[in-house]
Amino acid sequence: MTEHVVCRLDEIPVGSAKRVSIGPRDIAIFNVGGKLSAIANRCPHEGAQLCLGRVSGSARADRPGQHRLEREGELVRCPWHGWEFDLATGKSYCDPERMKVRSFEVSVKPGDTLAEGPYQIETFEVSVRDAYVVLTL
Amino acid sequence: MSETMTKDLSGATPVARSKQPVVDCDIHPAYRSPEELASYLPARWRQHVADFGIHSPSPLVGALPYPRLAHGMRQDSYPPVGGPPASDLPFLQEQLLDPLNITFGILQPLSAGHGALNHGLGEALCAGTNDWQVERWLDPEPRLRGSIAVMQEDPQAALREIEVRAKDKRFVQISITPRPAEPAGSRRYWPIFEAAEALNLPISMHSAAFGNRANTGSGWTSFYIEEHFAFSHAAQAALASMIFQGVFDQFPKLKLILVEGGFAWLPPTVWRMEREFDRYRGEVPDLKRRPAEYVRDHVWLTTQPVEEPPKSSQLSDLIDWIGIDRLLFSTDYPHWDFDHPDYAFRVPLTPEQRAKLMHDNAVGVFNLS
Amino acid sequence: MTTQTLDQAGTPAATRGARIDCDVHPRLPRRLDLAPHAPKYWAEMFDYRAIDRQELMTYATSTLPLRPDDPAVQADAAGLARAHLDPMGVDAAILNVLSGAHAAYDPYLATAMCEATNRWLAAEWLDRDPRLRASALVPFQNPEAAVAEIERLAQDRRFVQILAVLGGEKPLGRREYWPIYRAAAEHGFALGVHPGGTNRHSPGQSGFSATRVEEVTLHIQTFASQVASLVAEGVFNEFPSLRVVLMESGISWLPGLMWRMSKDWKGARIEVPWLERPPIEIITQHFRVTTQPFDGPTDPAVAARVLDQLPDAGMLLWSSDFPHRHVDRGLPTGLPEALHPGVRGGNALATYDRLELTHV
Repeated sequence: MTEHVVCRLDEIPVGSAKRVSIGPRDIAIFNVGGKLSAIANRCPHEGAQLCLGRVSGSARADRPGQHRLEREGELVRCPWHGWEFDLATGKSYCDPERMKVRSFEVSVKPGDTLAEGPYQIETFEVSVRDAYVVLTL
Repeated sequence: MSETMTKDLSGATPVARSKQPVVDCDIHPAYRSPEELASYLPARWRQHVADFGIHSPSPLVGALPYPRLAHGMRQDSYPPVGGPPASDLPFLQEQLLDPLNITFGILQPLSAGHGALNHGLGEALCAGTNDWQVERWLDPEPRLRGSIAVMQEDPQAALREIEVRAKDKRFVQISITPRPAEPAGSRRYWPIFEAAEALNLPISMHSAAFGNRANTGSGWTSFYIEEHFAFSHAAQAALASMIFQGVFDQFPKLKLILVEGGFAWLPPTVWRMEREFDRYRGEVPDLKRRPAEYVRDHVWLTTQPVEEPPKSSQLSDLIDWIGIDRLLFSTDYPHWDFDHPDYAFRVPLTPEQRAKLMHDNAVGVFNLS
Repeated sequence: MTTQTLDQAGTPAATRGARIDCDVHPRLPRRLDLAPHAPKYWAEMFDYRAIDRQELMTYATSTLPLRPDDPAVQADAAGLARAHLDPMGVDAAILNVLSGAHAAYDPYLATAMCEATNRWLAAEWLDRDPRLRASALVPFQNPEAAVAEIERLAQDRRFVQILAVLGGEKPLGRREYWPIYRAAAEHGFALGVHPGGTNRHSPGQSGFSATRVEEVTLHIQTFASQVASLVAEGVFNEFPSLRVVLMESGISWLPGLMWRMSKDWKGARIEVPWLERPPIEIITQHFRVTTQPFDGPTDPAVAARVLDQLPDAGMLLWSSDFPHRHVDRGLPTGLPEALHPGVRGGNALATYDRLELTHV
């Protein structure tokens, strides 16, 4: 397990998503109401980038006509065919066991704690005053 | 561990290019705004549209009666410069033509003219759509090819438009709707088929979101999930009508391209027509050939939205039964149900078969060069 | 030959398994047939207003491909037994009357015709041969009366399903029809759907077809739309025991519909969020298709691959479509031998809650 500092927290404002790459891995990080989550960016269906999808809740209905939206902000809909993926687990609604994307542990660390490793920080300067997004994989 | 981290790539287009050259047989260019189409109309009709709008069978003005997923668009297809998806050529080049290695892209403008109830207006809208294709798309981008939009309910107007456009070899097909006022094989439409055959231009029928008649034989569906599948039904009806009304006997070199209905429906339709032809043969004694033979010699299908049966062998069977040489790859860009050439066909295909499906069949049927 | 004959026709049911024919057509009752079974007002109107030959245009059984060689074979129960039930060794046959009652614009006329036809079926057919069963006609134009008719017939278990014609006024899944399905499900009736149209709408989205052969070809798309409607509207959420039997629908178009709906559902399910399973599963559980006429390819090897596309062979029910003209009345070519007993009868017994073979 390696922890990778991927960007400053303010590069992913609340309500947005950001695509980052770590080696061959293409990862989408979402900030929903200040809560970060990270899943593989590539939809397993036809390859769309999930970071460009719409974050929403899950449409449910106990009976026909009794629509409701639950778990708001916990799913992303693929920007092409609308398949829904759980931001926490990477599982799809339509086929959760077989159609899923990897999910990753993501956290926020203040800059002053990052100076001493074991973090991988290679392409930008870290300021002690800022907060940073850290992916563990 | 020495995994490296790269900087932000959000919004960037994947750089991996598809190796297989592709002809995309279904690209939907869009107007920047409704006023853009009006600017291509003569003053008389521009004023008409400004004052009275475009009267059509749709129950709504400017909106689809079955609201689609994500406005009907790929959510990543909105151009950075603003405007609707596929209204900006540079972004269409950057997102579609370049990365997917598209050597030719066939434009399928969804012209308001096809469905206009006022035939004069429909004629003007189709002409405007065709001028717009030339100016905005065909002139600046040599990979694109156009469709001659015509108002088929007035075949004489259609013939005038075809005569004008056919001189421009960048127009490679004649576009009519599979939901005309009468079944497509009706004799009133035969002048269009006659011209198409004489000019060696395929007739293209692209699925249409509304028409004069209910979208099922039992009335209007409630939901988009029903309507979307029923797109193939208009194509199926057009095909059956053209076959049993003798269109392909009358015009033995006519080519018909059915666009955006998928293709799983075709083999069962052919088997059905064959069986019913045996039972009802006496009703259509003048037909010279069997239904399957007309389909085999006259019909091509674009592939999007691709079929996704549970087993890939079932998709392979479909391709075998239709014939790999009759399928034309299409993306339907920028619509939500877009197909990507690298992922849409998850079946074993030889390089020759893949080349036919993705490229060679279209080059042949449209005489592309 | 495009189909196989039923084998072992002479052997007893106990040793060869049940043989249930899910689509047999008696003749169309005329006004003199119905008058004795109708209230006096309607008997008078049938006569005075010439409400007599109520034959559907879209499925005119008086036209050649559907006309029997010998009208006697469907004239009465004895003729049917002689010509079909006895020689084919049929243990139970479901009668379907295709009647203009389905197409009547007057909802009360439709109601009167449905009830009189059901009474005629009971008296002239079901009472005369214990092998006979029937689909009840109910007026979809008048759901309240349809419910009353289902309740009237609930005690008569010889009526095993209710009959809808393929092309109605609205898609079959619509909520206004749910009271009918509620009553049907409560009493164990299946919903049968048979070609025939009210001509409220043309199939094909472009107006009525010039020829019957086009129209019959397009039946498959109206069947597909009806399946889609019943699924999408959530009919099986509300009535989980309801089974739908598609008759003379063909089979080969159904997998394509299941695949397409299931693909679209993955994204478009948000429009119909009560569908919590892919439509292919819902369709497999709730729909059955009859075998005649089989619409697959004539090559047995290809036909076998088409039949194998069905997720569950239990969806297939044998039907003869007697007395309409077909090459023969057996099972589809390409159907594996191991599946024959189920298709001949076992699957029907599992489908029709009300069907019991007490006389066998």
